[in-house]
Amino acid sequence: MAANGAPTKITQGSRTKGGIGESTLRPDGTLKVTGEFAYSSDMWHEDMLWGQILRSTVAHAEIVSIDTSEALAMPGVHAVLTYDDLPTDVKNYGLEIQDTPVLAHGKVRHHGEPVAIVAADHPETARRAAAKIKVDYRELPVITDEASATAPDAILVHEGRDDHHAGHVPHPNIVHRQPIVRGDVASARERADVIVEGEYTFGMQDQAFLGPESGLAVPEEDGGVHLYIATQWLHSDLRQIAPVLGLPEDKVRMTLSGVGGAFGGREDLSMQIHACLLALRTGKPVKIVYNRFESFFGHVHRHPAKLHYEHGATRDGKLTHMKCRIVLDGGAYASASPAVVGNASSLSVGPYVIDDVDIEAIALYTNNPPCGAMRGFGAVQACFAYEAQMDKLAAELGMDPVEFRQLNAMEQGTIMPTGQPVDSPAPVAELLRRVKAMPMPPERQWESSEGADVRQLPGGLSNTTHGEGVVRGVGYAVGIKNVGFSEGFDDYSTAKVRMEVVGGEPVVTVHTAMAEVGQGGVTVHAQIARTELGVTQVTINPADTQVGSAGSTSASRQTYVTGGAVKNACELVREKVLEIGRRKFGSYHPAWATAELLLEGGKVVTDGGEVLAGLVDVLEGETVEVEEEWRHRPTEPFDLRTGQGNGHVQYSFAAHRAVVEVDTELGLVKVIELACAQDVGKALNPLSVLGQIQGGTTQGLGVAVMEEIVVDPKTAKVRNPSFTDYLIPTILDTPTIPVDVLELADEHAPYGLRGIGEAPTLSSTPAVLAAIRAATGLELNRTPVRPEHLTGTQLSEG
Amino acid sequence: MDFLRPASWEEALAAKAEHPTAVPIAGGTDVMVEINFDHRRPEYLMDLNRVGDLSEWEVGEESVRLGASVPYTKIMENLRAELPGLALASHTVASPQIRNRGGVGGNLGTASPAGDAHPALLAAGAEVEVESVRGSRRIPIDEFYKGVKRNALAADELIRAVHVKKADGPQQFSKVGTRNAMVIAVCAFGLALHPRTRTVRTGIGSAAPTPIRARAAEEFLNAALEEGGFWDSGKIVTPSVAKQFADLCAAACNPIDDVRGTASYRRHAVGVMARRTLTWTWESYRGARRLTEGAA
Repeated sequence: MAANGAPTKITQGSRTKGGIGESTLRPDGTLKVTGEFAYSSDMWHEDMLWGQILRSTVAHAEIVSIDTSEALAMPGVHAVLTYDDLPTDVKNYGLEIQDTPVLAHGKVRHHGEPVAIVAADHPETARRAAAKIKVDYRELPVITDEASATAPDAILVHEGRDDHHAGHVPHPNIVHRQPIVRGDVASARERADVIVEGEYTFGMQDQAFLGPESGLAVPEEDGGVHLYIATQWLHSDLRQIAPVLGLPEDKVRMTLSGVGGAFGGREDLSMQIHACLLALRTGKPVKIVYNRFESFFGHVHRHPAKLHYEHGATRDGKLTHMKCRIVLDGGAYASASPAVVGNASSLSVGPYVIDDVDIEAIALYTNNPPCGAMRGFGAVQACFAYEAQMDKLAAELGMDPVEFRQLNAMEQGTIMPTGQPVDSPAPVAELLRRVKAMPMPPERQWESSEGADVRQLPGGLSNTTHGEGVVRGVGYAVGIKNVGFSEGFDDYSTAKVRMEVVGGEPVVTVHTAMAEVGQGGVTVHAQIARTELGVTQVTINPADTQVGSAGSTSASRQTYVTGGAVKNACELVREKVLEIGRRKFGSYHPAWATAELLLEGGKVVTDGGEVLAGLVDVLEGETVEVEEEWRHRPTEPFDLRTGQGNGHVQYSFAAHRAVVEVDTELGLVKVIELACAQDVGKALNPLSVLGQIQGGTTQGLGVAVMEEIVVDPKTAKVRNPSFTDYLIPTILDTPTIPVDVLELADEHAPYGLRGIGEAPTLSSTPAVLAAIRAATGLELNRTPVRPEHLTGTQLSEG
Repeated sequence: MDFLRPASWEEALAAKAEHPTAVPIAGGTDVMVEINFDHRRPEYLMDLNRVGDLSEWEVGEESVRLGASVPYTKIMENLRAELPGLALASHTVASPQIRNRGGVGGNLGTASPAGDAHPALLAAGAEVEVESVRGSRRIPIDEFYKGVKRNALAADELIRAVHVKKADGPQQFSKVGTRNAMVIAVCAFGLALHPRTRTVRTGIGSAAPTPIRARAAEEFLNAALEEGGFWDSGKIVTPSVAKQFADLCAAACNPIDDVRGTASYRRHAVGVMARRTLTWTWESYRGARRLTEGAA
């Protein structure tokens, strides 16, 4: 039987044409707002058990012994599994490097690492049983930063590395290193009239998706398992899960269940293998749901980073050169660290023309929490630093910061530091112009005839100021993000499109494995099908592994790549439909043979608008179905010594202007407005585009003023794994976000579109920081900014 | 875990006498979080929601008798005139949903230094009405907080109500958090002017092991206002007086570094809030005096 709460088909009708370019509404929108949408944590199955994971209480230790006897003896407990119970020789998984143990073996490398798993007939019983497992740890010194990772006597986080990066890194505690050298920095430096340097720190941000990790594994009669799961990429999960279970991939069926946000945090596996192992061991369906506390340990975070930058410029404001070194903390396991390094290095110059560069980015292995994918993926940390540098340079030169950026802005035809030409519109100067031209929010909005309206002031209803100490600041930033998977990755997607007559109406069914995580792919796919096939009714099938891979819902790529695959499959369906039409009706009208034919409004029409036949008549008794893979232009790896290579598919640009008000005495910040201008190529769904830009902007604001996972540098333990102490912006922290959307087509992309989800997350943070600097006059080289940094009270009293 | 559901106050007292480890629960906004995260596993949980009396309040001559379970929303909506400091503090408690459930009894029972109600209660002046099968007593708020998350309750006692002095002058409450809503206090400050006795009272939250009053600051300000004839003249408090009051409030703190903020920030912020709330309350006092004189 099917699991309750499993996803069902979503049929979308529209009285309007509902094609691309229209703001059709999300099919899941009302359900989500009214609380009726079934998330993965809502699933239920008759006779199911509950899984629970026991996690390490220390960051780095040898496991001396594990005693599960008391847990096993508890009534209601069906299974307790440790490393020794893993069924095959494959005991690790990982996105790129298979270094992550399914269950700890002999050693734990970070706080919260899974050590044992329990299945019981009640979640509380499972939790109690897990607490009864006795693990004896012998603690080891913790590696927490570059100095401790590369010290001569440093313990190796992973002994005996044999991954494909092991050979070229300078130290085994460095996951990957990517240098990029281009031009002649030494002689370019000679030309510089001013040189500015900066050392920047980026804190560890969490994706903080609202739906915690959860899924349901149901054993099947053929010895396989069906996993209902909230993830970002079903087939990537499948590739990692099946070998550990010792099952061929066709015996691990996967169906996407309701995803409550992702932002990169679901690219890695969480409880997938654990639930399957317990289901196969007990022969019963097993559900696992993390609570919020566990969720903070259950997924990777954004890499915290240290960035050292040097820029030079001539007196007339032209950048001469850039040197930078970016150190990303990858934590205990590799996750997406190598690709994050590739992004951080290749995008470290920002959207500027600099011919002479010397760049190095590395990711460390440490005992801190593992870090990996998060919206912006390496480009975020770099943007924070290079934009601070641009402001410093402008100040040094006595130039307007926007004009200085415009003077150095890249454009179509600019060569990236990797040697790759930018071969589609890059309207960096124009985006800055637009964002600067937007009207400014009025000053002192809090003043009213009845006194101060504290809701408009820093601190809000906490009533900390009635205007005292409040200073306004304005800041600008612009960023560049790549779209799609880079560095030679075969980044394809698959779509299956069927057209048939149902109830006397032509209906299109679109089936992909695309993970809908909130980005709106299910809406856009229906719009594409309507546009390409001229129908009203489109059914989007649940995403599962019964169709080929759609690739990941990340890297701003799904509208481009799976959207492209759907468009391509629709075009192939259209050809077949027209073939049928020609066969059946070709003799009735010469246009069948001579004219350019389209499908519009349920009919076959000529490009001149003449109706040749109804789709219902053409399709009578026939079903047309196509499943096809689709690829964007191939990319190349970056050279390991020079960083040269056409590594990226497409670039995406956004600019922000931040207006903040800072209570300079208390160090509290209210972001008044975050105006954004972004080039989206083509807005397939303008309302969704607006939502993405506003959401990305807000996530960037979060890491500017509040969001940070705090890790104790002495113990490498997480200090704030809760929404009580890991703060994300509420609606009262979210400013108005006016958006100016530019649509300059990229001729290489479907419909000319540009991936949009990440770019606004980049420039939002440095714009807010620049505005706070403008208000306070402080240097502020780290994000997030805390009240301590604005009031000089960061050191402890003692 | 056993769940006790007394139908009346007397039954509740009897149950608490029989099971002194029983944890009372009303709104559940604090206790349930602890239970859900397994931070606390009480042997007995005592649901007080059937004791209707706890959700009621009564405005008397001198003070308001506020039932332990009166939700913060009700305080904001109904007692703004009588208890302005507590109403302001109530507004900063968590989210609207939590304010619909949580009450002052919970803050007092938990006795966390970060409880939002404490500075307002200390500044206004209050007594906590507690009761057991042995009898009823009133504990002055100044003697109620005994240590980090410890209060003056005996094991068999329950909090029934809090008697808060009705405002006889302006009151203010100010709280620092690192976002603009739904945040636990990094530190908080309450100030109440009491023109009838020509005194001021303060309350400081999250800046010492317990909620505290800045007594030296109060004494200094009481003396300064008296000596300068400020209560009568209604003239502006001089900046040097305000500054010294603020410094003494900061000095009263005994804060710690934690994940929410450093000790030195807390001390600094309490000083800033003390100075600002003094300015605001004194401005109101002067404004009210002018209005009264104008009417006379």
